[in-house]
Amino acid sequence: MGLQLTNAQFNQVLARLSAKYAIYAPKNFPLEGRYSDTDMVRYDGITQVEDIVFERKSDMSAKEIVTPINETIMFFFNGQVQESKIPQKEILIFARACDINGFKRLDDIFLRNSETPDYYYQRRRNKIKFIAIECPSQGWDTCFCVSTQTNDTSDYALAVKSTGESLKIEIKDQEFAEYFADFAQNSTCQYQYQPVLENELKLTLPVINSQEVLTRLKNHPMWKEYNRRCVMCGSCTVNCPTCSCFTTYDVKFATDSETGAGERRRMAASCHVDGFTDMAGGHTFRTSAAERMRFKALHKVHDHKQRFGDNMCVGCGRCDDRCPEHISFSSMIQKMHTAVEQIKQELNHDSK
Amino acid sequence: MTANNLLPINCEILAITKTTAIENLYRVRFPHVDKVHNGQFLQLSVPGFGECAISITDFSVEEQWLEFLIRKVGLVTNQIFNLNVGDYLPMRGPYGKGFQIANYEGKHLAIVAGGSGLAPVRSLIKHFHANPQDLKSFELLLGFKDTDNVIFKSEIAEWEKQFPVIVTVDNPSGAPDEKTGLVTQYVSGLKTIKQDMNSVEVVIVGPPRMMEFTAKEFIKNGVPPEKIWVSFERRMSCAVGKCGHCRIDEVYVCLEGPVFNYAATAHLFD
Ligand SMILES: Cc1cc2nc3c(=O)[nH]c(=O)nc-3n(C[C@H](O)[C@H](O)[C@H](O)COP(=O)(O)OP(=O)(O)OC[C@H]3O[C@@H](n4cnc5c(N)ncnc54)[C@H](O)[C@@H]3O)c2cc1C
Ligand code: SF4
Ligand code: SF4
Ligand code: FES
Repeated sequence: MGLQLTNAQFNQVLARLSAKYAIYAPKNFPLEGRYSDTDMVRYDGITQVEDIVFERKSDMSAKEIVTPINETIMFFFNGQVQESKIPQKEILIFARACDINGFKRLDDIFLRNSETPDYYYQRRRNKIKFIAIECPSQGWDTCFCVSTQTNDTSDYALAVKSTGESLKIEIKDQEFAEYFADFAQNSTCQYQYQPVLENELKLTLPVINSQEVLTRLKNHPMWKEYNRRCVMCGSCTVNCPTCSCFTTYDVKFATDSETGAGERRRMAASCHVDGFTDMAGGHTFRTSAAERMRFKALHKVHDHKQRFGDNMCVGCGRCDDRCPEHISFSSMIQKMHTAVEQIKQELNHDSK
Repeated sequence: MTANNLLPINCEILAITKTTAIENLYRVRFPHVDKVHNGQFLQLSVPGFGECAISITDFSVEEQWLEFLIRKVGLVTNQIFNLNVGDYLPMRGPYGKGFQIANYEGKHLAIVAGGSGLAPVRSLIKHFHANPQDLKSFELLLGFKDTDNVIFKSEIAEWEKQFPVIVTVDNPSGAPDEKTGLVTQYVSGLKTIKQDMNSVEVVIVGPPRMMEFTAKEFIKNGVPPEKIWVSFERRMSCAVGKCGHCRIDEVYVCLEGPVFNYAATAHLFD
């Protein structure tokens, strides 16, 4: 059982929800796009359905709400330290299956990678509930969420499908029923969230089944091509819903040096960008674009899985959408698969 | 909600000793010394400048202090060098897996350290110096750039009275009896490698290349890789397994290291 509300009716619901929740959704930012005269779709606070972009996949992922590109984590003053505060409100996020599954990967790192969850991630994550946005039946041309098995989700309170003038709504979390009470009588319809079941892009992920296969894949010539192509800008990682690396740094308020006032911040970091591994004495690891690509790619489809059980990549295709050099991660996955099968044949041959 | 463990706590500097031209030894009062293991590290802060990872070089549970050997190399360490006795040095930790004392007890132990790599193993050396009965035998092989860069000279002199210590320098000063050259040259002369390998343990700490070549030299001399322990150095930012800087494959150096069994790391690939 579902509901169908006009956009105007749903705006009444949003107004009621906004008393308790900060509501985020993909929103259009004119002329901020990758290329000239294009728009950028990224997450921001919204107050009405008309703010939400349903017809396009967002350029940026929803992770920015929980792990902002730049965030102050504590303040220093007079030898004392105080943590930064965040708004009290609960958080609702309109998100697609890939983004919701992306949060599961962020949870792996921030909540489960050691005995202690990350305080700054957890304080926002605890407040979040998702409103799933239903995708077009096959997603978009760069999506491969079916291949990564992240096309479906059950982690949502509400699910919506836009018809343009109205919204079809599934209420999964009954806590939200009260917000729709006015419409429960007259606006019912048959609606249940439908995941994408097939993408245009169909990939086979590499099955790396032994240490030897992994080592040979790391040394495979396939990575060399990226020395010529990748400019190590890190755009792909900034947009990726599952890239979570950051660097901590301090800022000192110069005018106030007497009191030692300043703050500590986190800033998004990228393994593609210079400086990521630099150490005192001039030691550094992975200087070439090829090595950095290999490091990222294997994290996405192997290393994270080794540690947490799920592949990191959720097949959203945003890295492909954003790369200024038109490097396609989906093609890279295909190349890894081909290389791995070739390596397995070689190994089979060697052992005979 | 868990507590915010990233906030540093203010720790008073109790003593500062100049060790070399660019290294100082700092002793600070630390309330949680009971949680500390040999070979672990902390994140030291200078508010407004940043944090950096520094190994514990010695500690006392009774007297509640930690010691750090800090090399002045940049933004934060420069600021630490401006601090005086009585000032506060904020820090958080301890972090990482250090050396497990029990793993070496009852064994023939050789420790090889290169340069300031001596700092993270110093408390381990001091432990066995104070408890010689806990080892079958003990040998130290220390390499430095030159005589001016030899750290903890007077302690080395004390250790030498109890067990064999080889000190070698890369650049000879011309002094009589001086040993020169890389530590790798001296591995085959160690008594430890002549023992039953079941009761041998080797610890190697220093610059990445020094550890690599020294480990290979021990393996060449018959020491199984499982008997070798190394301390990895990687760029770190969070020290708690979140920021990703220290990751190699599926391993986080700040969590599973910095001390690793050499055999267990053989497959890691930066
Ligand atoms: C586990 C561990 C234990 C360490 N123990 C000691 C120790 O006992 N004594 C000691 O003097 N140093 C130690 N270091 C190195 C020390 O952390 C760096 O020298 C320090 O972070 C430099 O900070 P800075 O702000 O002074 O220099 P910066 O101005 O930040 O940089 C100077 C140089 O240090 C590099 N660097 C910056 N941050 C780090 C970092 N977190 N790790 C490594 N290199 C970095 C920079 O890339 C640059 O090349 C240790 C590092 C690690 C990871
Ligand atoms: S690697 Fe690319 S396709 Fe995979 S989750 Fe990240 S942005 Fe999406
Ligand atoms: S793959 Fe593309 S977006 Fe990513 S770092 Fe390289 S050039 Fe930049
Ligand atoms: S230092 Fe941040 S993950 Fe290890």
